[in-house]
Amino acid sequence: MIPAADASRSVPAVPRDHAVHPGWLRLTHWLNALAVVVMAASGWRIYNASPLYDFEFPDTVTLGGWLGGALQWHFAGMWLLAANGMLYLLLNISSGRLFRRFFPVSPAGVLRDAWTALRGHLSHQDAHRYNQVQRAAYLFVMLDIAVLVASGLVLWKSVQFGALRELLGGYETARRIHFAAMALLAGFVGLHLVMVALVPKTLRAMVLGR
Amino acid sequence: MRIAKRSAASPMDAHAVLKEARALLAPRIEQPARRAFLVRTLSLGGLAMLSGCDLSDDRHVETALSAVSRFNDKVQGWIFDPRAMAPTYPASMITRPFPFNAFYGVDEAPAVSESDYRLEVTGKVADARAWRLEELRAMAQVDQITRHICVEGWSAIGRWGGVRFSDFLARVGADTRARYVGFECADDYYTSIDMATALHPQTLLALTYDGQPLPREYGFPMKLRIPTKLGYKNPKHIQAIFVTDAYPGGYWEDQGYNWFGGS
Repeated sequence: MIPAADASRSVPAVPRDHAVHPGWLRLTHWLNALAVVVMAASGWRIYNASPLYDFEFPDTVTLGGWLGGALQWHFAGMWLLAANGMLYLLLNISSGRLFRRFFPVSPAGVLRDAWTALRGHLSHQDAHRYNQVQRAAYLFVMLDIAVLVASGLVLWKSVQFGALRELLGGYETARRIHFAAMALLAGFVGLHLVMVALVPKTLRAMVLGR
Repeated sequence: MRIAKRSAASPMDAHAVLKEARALLAPRIEQPARRAFLVRTLSLGGLAMLSGCDLSDDRHVETALSAVSRFNDKVQGWIFDPRAMAPTYPASMITRPFPFNAFYGVDEAPAVSESDYRLEVTGKVADARAWRLEELRAMAQVDQITRHICVEGWSAIGRWGGVRFSDFLARVGADTRARYVGFECADDYYTSIDMATALHPQTLLALTYDGQPLPREYGFPMKLRIPTKLGYKNPKHIQAIFVTDAYPGGYWEDQGYNWFGGS
């Protein structure tokens, strides 16, 4: 069986009896999940007030009841998303976990692990290691949420955050970036849930730590 | 979530208003369904489906969200930089036709008589009196092309001209240490803004649109044009301006829109 990740790192950086996910990681993961649900569901209601594209989200999957309520949820949820995201990044970087678990990652490695996974040969024996597809996907979703926050700041405060507004191509472009990043995040969540359903022990590890 | 203080219309009136609004709101961004929030359908889809509980009746949720909104007012006040200017645009980028938007249809926009018009100025001002349009037109005029951003998400670029509001406040001897400036309008709309935004150099007492006297549908005889705030903080058909320390609220703000509403 092909090793899931870089073979040169055969000695784990953490002992095997150590939790797969430390407590702070599990806590920030679930808080982030809550924040993402609140932001997406309320965001869809806000979108419906003036749809950018030729469709609307069904009211039943939205949050807030009307535009004003959805805005209240969105501008409350943003604090949870941002604060929790910052805490996650801070702990992830300062503990060395970010570099230990997400690198190295390379296009060739991602393709190799993706091909292996599609043939059903990818090992999940060692939950302490992310394969390269996981590394790329989780790094992507960190970046994507950062883009959502940045474009959201432009939509919220386009005058006060003028430099950021110009960086993102102006208010109307930031609106489209915000939408596209939301769509990509929704796609990630869908895939993520399918993978969890296929390998249920990952859910156990994210709840209990091991 | 039910929003408190919704007192304007009875359910029957609201239904009639909605029906009429649907008939009138043809032109641009709005389809009837998008105005459905007027009937206050209370679906709390997302979370309710996931958690199996209905948050719509939870007073604690409503109170918490309102508290966060008040906190967000404070944060926006701190973030607000009086030197930060909204971007301006060339005339070629003006949105034509500029969209009409209000809580009523375009045909119901009030027709204010120019000869009878008086602007009442009251509250914490040295010179509390009524102004005539000619007096406002006689003051120094400025013109600017800025982006109007609606709380619904859409935006449009327009050209407004008129008196710098800071000039006007200086002329009436307003106490600029007061917290709020409130507005009452001929269409029964009302709103209020923070003093820092009132004094921002791009905040205009707009008398013209695209070089012509402000048309009825855009707020004749006068609207407040604030390019650093969302559309609902730009009252039209203003009849009374007052300077105060007592929080005046606003038509949409009292129903749940964020009060600061700044961009």
